[in-house]
Amino acid sequence: MVVIAAAVGIIISTMSDASTYSTFSIARQQAAAGNSAKVHVVGTLPRDAEKHPVGLEYDPMTNPNYFAFTLVDTLHVAQRVVYRNPKPQDLDKSEQVVIVGAMKDGVFEADQILTKCPSKYVEKDLGNTGPPATAMTSRSTRK
Amino acid sequence: MNLLIGNLGQASVILAFVAAAVAAYGYFQAARGRALGEADASWLRLARGAFFVHGAAVLAVVGCLFNIIYMHRYEYYYAWSHSSNHLPIHFMISCFWEGQEGSFLLWIFWHVVLGLGIMKFNKQWEAPVLAVFATVQAFLVSMILGVVVAGTKIGSSPFILVRDFLTDLPVWKTNPNFVPKDGTGLNPLLQNYWMVIHPPTLFLGFALTLVPFAFAIAGLWKKELTSWVKPALPWTAFGGAVLGVGIMMGAYWAYETLNFGGFWNWDPVENAVYIPWLVLIAALHGMVLWQRRRTGLRTAFTLVVATFVLILYATFLTRSGVLGNASVHSFTDLGLSGQLIIYLAFFSVGAIALLAYRWKSIPISEKELTAYSPELWVFMGATVLCLAAFQVVATTSIPVYNAFLGFVGVKSNMALPADQIQHYTRIQLWAGVLIGILSGVAQVLWWQGKKDKDSVLNALAVPTMLALLGTALTVLLVRYFGHSITPPFVVLLLAGLFGILANVTTLLGLWRRGVTLSGGAVSHLGIALMLLGILASAGYSNTISRNVSGKLISREMSDTDNENNVLLWRNETGAMNGYDVTYTGQYLDVPGVPDYVNTQLLYRTDDEYRAVARADIKGGDKVYFHTGDTLEIRPENTYYRVNYEDKKSGQKFTLYPRAQVNEEMGGLLASPALQRFWDHDIYSHISSVPDPRKETPWSPAIPHELAVGDTLFLNDYFAVFRAIEQAHDVPGVKLQEGDIALQADMIITGEKGREYHAHPVFLLRDRQVGHVPEEVEDLGLRITLDQIDPVKGKFTFAISTTAKDYIILKATEKPFINLLWGGTLLMGFGLLLSMRQRRAAGRTATAPTPASNAGRAGAARPQVA
Repeated sequence: MVVIAAAVGIIISTMSDASTYSTFSIARQQAAAGNSAKVHVVGTLPRDAEKHPVGLEYDPMTNPNYFAFTLVDTLHVAQRVVYRNPKPQDLDKSEQVVIVGAMKDGVFEADQILTKCPSKYVEKDLGNTGPPATAMTSRSTRK
Repeated sequence: MNLLIGNLGQASVILAFVAAAVAAYGYFQAARGRALGEADASWLRLARGAFFVHGAAVLAVVGCLFNIIYMHRYEYYYAWSHSSNHLPIHFMISCFWEGQEGSFLLWIFWHVVLGLGIMKFNKQWEAPVLAVFATVQAFLVSMILGVVVAGTKIGSSPFILVRDFLTDLPVWKTNPNFVPKDGTGLNPLLQNYWMVIHPPTLFLGFALTLVPFAFAIAGLWKKELTSWVKPALPWTAFGGAVLGVGIMMGAYWAYETLNFGGFWNWDPVENAVYIPWLVLIAALHGMVLWQRRRTGLRTAFTLVVATFVLILYATFLTRSGVLGNASVHSFTDLGLSGQLIIYLAFFSVGAIALLAYRWKSIPISEKELTAYSPELWVFMGATVLCLAAFQVVATTSIPVYNAFLGFVGVKSNMALPADQIQHYTRIQLWAGVLIGILSGVAQVLWWQGKKDKDSVLNALAVPTMLALLGTALTVLLVRYFGHSITPPFVVLLLAGLFGILANVTTLLGLWRRGVTLSGGAVSHLGIALMLLGILASAGYSNTISRNVSGKLISREMSDTDNENNVLLWRNETGAMNGYDVTYTGQYLDVPGVPDYVNTQLLYRTDDEYRAVARADIKGGDKVYFHTGDTLEIRPENTYYRVNYEDKKSGQKFTLYPRAQVNEEMGGLLASPALQRFWDHDIYSHISSVPDPRKETPWSPAIPHELAVGDTLFLNDYFAVFRAIEQAHDVPGVKLQEGDIALQADMIITGEKGREYHAHPVFLLRDRQVGHVPEEVEDLGLRITLDQIDPVKGKFTFAISTTAKDYIILKATEKPFINLLWGGTLLMGFGLLLSMRQRRAAGRTATAPTPASNAGRAGAARPQVA
């Protein structure tokens, strides 16, 4: 009985801790309603004609722990995002960016940035990954 | 283009598959309808022969694949995508298992080795156990088969050619026999010695979980419901040791090489091995309970089956692509999902059905378990392990729920918890607490002669008192050093200390009684040490790279807790928490030179793997390369030399955190550098640097006209033009007869009076003028000797400047992390010890009785207490 109760407890804790894939509009509504739960938002960086991302703000000389950028989510809503860490080195090239965090005072405070690069693949331990389906479409994620 | 080797390899794969299937059928027929150890001789001979053929074919596949990598046969996709010309040989071994196919092959190889081991050590079990082995082998080999049957591709072959894989490349139209000159290379992150030994260890651990599973299935099938435990036990203990150490090797590698700041990241791939290991350890406890105390057989059966099913589930999770963006490891779908699901389903459904069918006949113990019987505490421990595993599996499977719901048409957008550490810690911390307490109590009771209340309480009193005392003392010390400690940490500390003391008490007691070292007590001691190591190093990881310069960084900076990174200008000392830190330049790894070499000494050439020495490259008194020598360099990693000085003790050390140009990982990748002390590590990594791949932006050159002996003021520095002389060695230029090469000798005084020699060269060849400028990286200066006016004796220097070099550094202190590594070794050692003890116990017990019925005698044997 104790075991079953513990197992049920674990399931409940998993469900309540689970985050969701969301959009900026929903994140804004949540923040307005006073809900500070963190969400995942998938988006892309707006780019200029030469494919350079625009709106990146990182000046390590002033503050190495402040990086701000604009992300456009899957519903084409743009939002200013603040990441209080150095700028991830692979952000410029990434096709897709997943951020984890919540809206706070009009900006999205991200705790984590996960980038997907148009590169080959990433591998850490196990030797578990394989070659990409094709060299062009495969992706990688890293924290 | 060598097609023979690939064809040979491919043929061997097919042979290995067919032979495994034949062996499976042969062993099945040999064991069918016959009692254990009395297998049908002719079927057995056939099956054994088939298994040998299978083993030989697997070796042939391994040989062919390694040949393809070793000989740089880039017509093969596997070599092209995992290797390159510049790879040293020991990393070619890593290439072998970098790909999915190669890692399957490694796993298959270990199964062959273990199968042969069982033939040798467990003769009477050969037929039914190897029937299971051979079936598993047939499934695994099918993953690398690469054969199309009725329009469906089965498996992904490692012997596929580039031209058959990347069919769209335009080059095939013009030259169908095109062979790439170089491979795309092994991910530089994996060019690490851990990548050479970690995967084989882990896959041996994976393979070892098949042994108890095969024995359990054989036992169920042959109605040998009790006797399978004894021969399977040493294998299981060995598996627990190898898998546990393998996991921690991965953790150590992550700690040393990756920049996420710790040894464990709760990444799905890490979890996928952690889960079966927990259950394997629980199963081991169930088996020991049965073997020594005649209870817990059903538990042992269930957990052994669960372990193997979880290994299959882990394989499915990590190799099917279902994790998608949930993992930092990217797994590309090889199109094996269907095959992996069939593999998983076949063995889980088959094993569970067989277990259910025999469930009623599995003997249970009539014994009443009281609080003073160690069995109860061991059961509770196993349950805690399973619950801990359950939490990890429930959370790690979130992407699977999404995929499954999507499959049945329900849209689900669940994501992994935003704060995974908090989520897992909430349960795993308490599991750790319980494990510490239960393992201690159970060990004391297990070896306690009298099981009455008084003697038990007496035996537990000493470790309990000491643990309480130690906890109180530690809490006071932690407070004294200005840290806080939360109640859960206090409890974990208490449990860890209790675990250590109870196990040490047990070991001392056994030692006094002259009993051999108990493997159980040793490994439990290891676990308790690991708990304390995790508590200290993760719970009290202390960021020392805080901005203490007093310069306020304003702008929306409300949350000062996040200021964990500092900017360090080259050669300017920055203050960090308790340390003076100076970044002093960029270094490269040069084969043949023991230390890293300053990039200021290297003149880079068009070939990125070669450089010319600007000055003698020395280490101590030995000169490794002379000025003008061309030398080989490893350009992937740039090492940033950082000097630390402890403000209090004055102790100095130098760290070389590195940044790696890694296109596969999206650009630059930082790896930490560690300074180890007995009681803590200083762990630091680069968070950001000016991109070393980008051309340095130089300011427009400003001309300065000087005569010999003049002094020139350049921003904060001054340069003295001392002489003009003939140049004999010009880096990057081969001087010919008739050339006129002149170089200026300048001394520039930089920060702290440090002097730099600069020798810009003016070259005249066939009336053509050439310039070889000198760059002083430390000062961000480029000096060109632009014009010479021999009449006036004036020399024009063009000076460009660039922004000074800097790094952004994060440094943390990891207290007592050595407890974790030491505890791991102790745990592995303890498990190996109990493997030996179990094997020895098996031998002495079987010696007097004829081999054929040794197993069955178990049920009637009196308890060993």
